[in-house]
Parts: sequence; C-alpha cells; structure tokens
Amino acid sequence: MSDQNAGRAELVNSRHDPRYEVTMYRHVGAEGSHQLAYYQQHGGYEAARKVLTSMTPAAVVDEMKASGLRGRGGAGFPTGVKWSFMPPPDGGPRYLVCNADESEPGSFKDRYFLEDDPHQLIEGMIIAAFAMHVTYGFIYIRGEYYHGYERTVAAIQEARAAGLLGKNIMGTDFSFDITVHRGAGAYICGEETALMNSLEGLRANPRLKPPFPAAAGMYGRPTTINNVESLASAVHVINKGAAWFASMGTEDSKGTKLYQISGPVKRTGVYEMPMGATFREFIYDYAGGPTVEPKAFIPGGSSTPMFPWEDRFLDMPMDYGSLAKNGSMLGTGGVIVIPRDKCIVDALYNLVRFYAHESCGKCTPCREGVGHWLPRMYQKLLAGLGRPEDVDLLENVVGNIRGNAFCPLADACVMPVQASLKWFRDEYEYLAEHGRPKYQKSDWWQA
Amino acid sequence: MIELETTTPYFADKPEVLSEILSRYPKEGRRSALMPLLWEVQRSERYISEARMHEIAEIVGITATEVKGVLSFYSTYHEQPVGKYHIQICSTLSCALAGSDEMYDHLVNELGIVNGETDAEGRFSLQKAECVGSCGTAPVLLVNDTYYERVTRSRCQHLIQALRQDEMPEPWRERGGDTEGAAKARPLSQPAPAAPAEEGGEA
Repeated sequence: MSDQNAGRAELVNSRHDPRYEVTMYRHVGAEGSHQLAYYQQHGGYEAARKVLTSMTPAAVVDEMKASGLRGRGGAGFPTGVKWSFMPPPDGGPRYLVCNADESEPGSFKDRYFLEDDPHQLIEGMIIAAFAMHVTYGFIYIRGEYYHGYERTVAAIQEARAAGLLGKNIMGTDFSFDITVHRGAGAYICGEETALMNSLEGLRANPRLKPPFPAAAGMYGRPTTINNVESLASAVHVINKGAAWFASMGTEDSKGTKLYQISGPVKRTGVYEMPMGATFREFIYDYAGGPTVEPKAFIPGGSSTPMFPWEDRFLDMPMDYGSLAKNGSMLGTGGVIVIPRDKCIVDALYNLVRFYAHESCGKCTPCREGVGHWLPRMYQKLLAGLGRPEDVDLLENVVGNIRGNAFCPLADACVMPVQASLKWFRDEYEYLAEHGRPKYQKSDWWQA
Repeated sequence: MIELETTTPYFADKPEVLSEILSRYPKEGRRSALMPLLWEVQRSERYISEARMHEIAEIVGITATEVKGVLSFYSTYHEQPVGKYHIQICSTLSCALAGSDEMYDHLVNELGIVNGETDAEGRFSLQKAECVGSCGTAPVLLVNDTYYERVTRSRCQHLIQALRQDEMPEPWRERGGDTEGAAKARPLSQPAPAAPAEEGGEA
C-alpha cells in the first residue's frame, strides 16, 4: 500500500471494516422488495416523513452538502451544491428529473433499483423535491428497462394511493407527483440537456450551457437532474445523518457507492462498497478475481480511460481524486476486466463503434470524427490493411477531437482510445505491421 | 403517399388511453406525449406507419415530419414491422467478451436472417443493439421487452425452440453481486475472508 492510504484509517473505506453496512442495496433481490408493504416494513418513507414534518428545505440542502455526497451519474458534482443552485421559488412550476437513462457500457446499477426497490427512489425524490421547492418530478427510464418501468409505475401508483405522492403528502402542505417517461434507445439522453430535449418530445441533441438547467431547464423552468443512485443515497443521508455518510470514504469522496463489475471474473454484478475501497478488494475479494489472465481494466464505465493490470493501479482507491490523479475517472463505477488474449484494438473498436452509433450528429468533431473516421480507421487496421503510420494518424485524429466537441460524448470516446494507445501501443503497431492481431481470441461464449 | 393499410385512427376507439398519456405532462408540455404515444402504437402494431405518424402529429400539434425526425433519432422505434419475436442482441464490450458475436452468428444461421431483417413468416426479426445495461449477466438478448441473461449456447438453442412453438420461457434472473437479498447484506467478519460466500449467478 502506498502513501495514498496514509491517514485513511479513521474513515471506513473497506467493506471488510466491521463498521460498514450495506444500506442502499440491502433489499435488492429480496422477495417482494418492490412493493410498498415490504418497503415500509423495513423503515421505508421514514426519511421523507422526517424531512416533511421536522426540517426546512434549507436544512435538507445543508445536510446534503455536509454529507459530501457527489453525483453518482458519472460527473461527480456535489449533490447538495447542485440543489442549492435552484433559484428562489417564484410561484411557477419547478422540476426534478431523475436520470435513469443508464446507458454507459459497464453500468447496470440503477436498473436493479427500478426493478427491485423503486420506492427508495421515490422517497429520495420526495426529499429532493421538498429541499428545492419542486412542484413536479419526472423519471426518465431508458426504453430497454421495461421491467423496471412497469415496477416503477406500479410503485408510484401505490405511493399515490397511500398519500405518499400527490396533494398534501403525509398530511403536510407539500404536494409533489411523478411521471415516468420511457426513452427509446439513445445513449446521449444520459447527458442532462439532451435528456430534457428528449423529455420535451424533441430530438435528443444536447443544449448549449449556460443557461444551466437550474436557471432554464424543462419547459424553460428551473430544473435539477439527479442520477438514481444519488437520490437513493439522499434517503440514507437523512436517515442516518450527514456525519454517518461522511464517516465513510476518502477526503474527496464520501459515503457508500454502487460498483459494478463485468468481464471475465468469477462473480460479476453490483456491489455496494464504501468509497475509497481499492480495485483489488473489489475485484479479488468480492468479485472473486479474474477467470482468465487479465491485462487491463476499465475503472468506471466505457468512457473512463483504462489501466494495465499492475499492482499500483489495483491498489488504487476507487474514489474521485485518486482516479483523476492517475488520468482517468471514477465515472459510474463500472469496472470491465479485459483478458490478455483479447486484441486491445478489437476491444477499442467495439467501444468506438458504440460511440459512433450514439453520436447525435450535432457538432462536426463528433459527427465526422467519432461517427465516421474513427470506426473506419479501426476497420482498416483490423482488416489487416493498416500501415505503421496509421497508428500515428489515429493518435493525431483523437487528439484533435478531444476537447473540441459540443458535449462530453466525443471525449468519452477518444479518452479511452488515448489510454489504449498509451498502454498498449505495441498491439496497434503489431497489427499495423503484420496485418493480424497479436492476440487472436475474440470471446468466451459458454456452451 | 399510397396508404394500403387501414386508416382508422389508432386512438379513435381508445380515448381513455390517449387522455391518460396526455395527462402525464403539464399543459405547456403537450409535445412530451410524443414518445409515449409512439410507444403505445408500436407496442400494439410492432412498428409506426406513416399514417400513425400523421395521427400522432395532429394530437400533439406538430408536423408529421417532426414526428419522423424524433422517431428516427432513436434506435428502438421501427418504421417497418418487426417480427412477432423481435430479438435484440447486445453487442457492446462486456457482452462481446462473453460471446455475443458468436451468439449473433449462431442466430443468423439458425433463423436465416441478419441484423435488421425480419423472416418471411414474420415470426423473428434480429437487431444488433448497443449496451442494454446487463453487463454483469452477459451475454444478453432481448425478446421484445424481456431480458434473457447469461445466454449460453444451449440456453440460446432452447429459447429459439420455445419461441418457434410460441412459448415465451420465463426469464432466468441471475444477477450475482449483492442482489441476493437482505440476508447476504451483512458486514463481513474480520479478518477478511478471501471471498464472500458463494452467491447466485453460478448456475
């Protein structure tokens, strides 16, 4: 362990720590956990009651700020600060939008909330809505999550019938209700301004910022967009207090977070861990370690630059700062393990193809660069038609795209390409020179 | 435009469905009903015809061109009828590592159609999809709205056989990770065991 871990002892940053307890995810997978009766039997809606009956909106925002919770959708912006950006109420409508458009390859945590614990999300939305004087909420669920959509709609109906949504919630003078909106298969809708366009029935191109959503969002009115997990975290910040939340993690990353792991490891899935646990603890102790020899891992969803399988990276804490310091991002916390025998150029082509498919076409660097030239350059290399200078050309093209696109989608594509060139340039060069990949195996389909 | 299909408006005999969808959005957001209206039609008719685009355009107060502009932006609305069983195969990295390319080839051979096609009978259609959010249970395919996860070669064969007989098998739900319910979600004892107790997902 390096000096990165110095001074972390008093904070809970390992799931092995006996003080750590799974909170957000404890009901997922349990029989009947999607129903109101189950949720209420397990302390559900107590946080919302506490907020509505004994706190002021400003106090809720302060509690969120004190907790140190940072947005769990990928960008990591402090949630309490975001909530404080909403202008004072002017009597007109104000909106809260839950971003459940989870589409980042390697991410699948929010889906199980929608399917197995939708009431926790609804409770988080009530808390957020109260804190920001919001009058109406939307949950934007990606179109593919039909099961989650049905469960969430049913949960909202249950909550409404029980007086937990609608007019005068729990007998207070606070009123709030939620509409669930289904997406239809577009990664770009995870970007908050594109999501609002989609919700308004427009093509889902991102909007220019400023104005930020808090100033002019849905239908031009003040709007805040939060990820599912951020809203679920709010329930526990209120229930157990900001101090409890801040007692976990590292200096810049507090609380508990859902990490996901896919690729060739023994036990793939979603695990709730305190922030600051290491990749080694996650991959080996919980996911059971790789099943084939690995060579790299993607730390937080497909848009986060990968790391080679080395001790210095495996021992890195899974928090915002450590990853940023090492040239990557925590993203959604979706780890993908890449086996040694997978051609890295082929793996990256898969991701490039994804971003090419999802480019909305609004701006030139992304439409032409990501949408057109990058996939073709990869196809040329993989077809065995590459020349050694093509690797330099690729590097040049991604360097010119980076930082020059309208929204983060293009960077999400080119940063992983740059990381693959940084760590595995030999595989690109081998392929360009020999016309065949250094590693030939493409996949591991089970009989 | 030559319309060979029926021109009875879809919502003509479903006023309560229409008003329920419109009621989900505030007055200033009537256009927000566009996507749910498209979904309503597609779930019933397996695609959205030109006539339906005109009908929906009139309902939300925009032009049919604008409707088509929105519809064509998204991957999961269809302008041509898809099969009774529309199969989407996730092709993105985690699924690719777990064999989705081989699974796709297998289905192409099995069904005699490629990406984007519908068979002559109208029973099956095939679509390569980008990440559907099931990376932990890769490889995955969707039959209409239902996820089938950890699709091994033998499961894939059984699934197709069942669909040929118009049976939709119950999806197997194996999710691994922490999704094993409250009993498993206890703090772990110290000193750390090498791994938590065997959990689901290893069928």
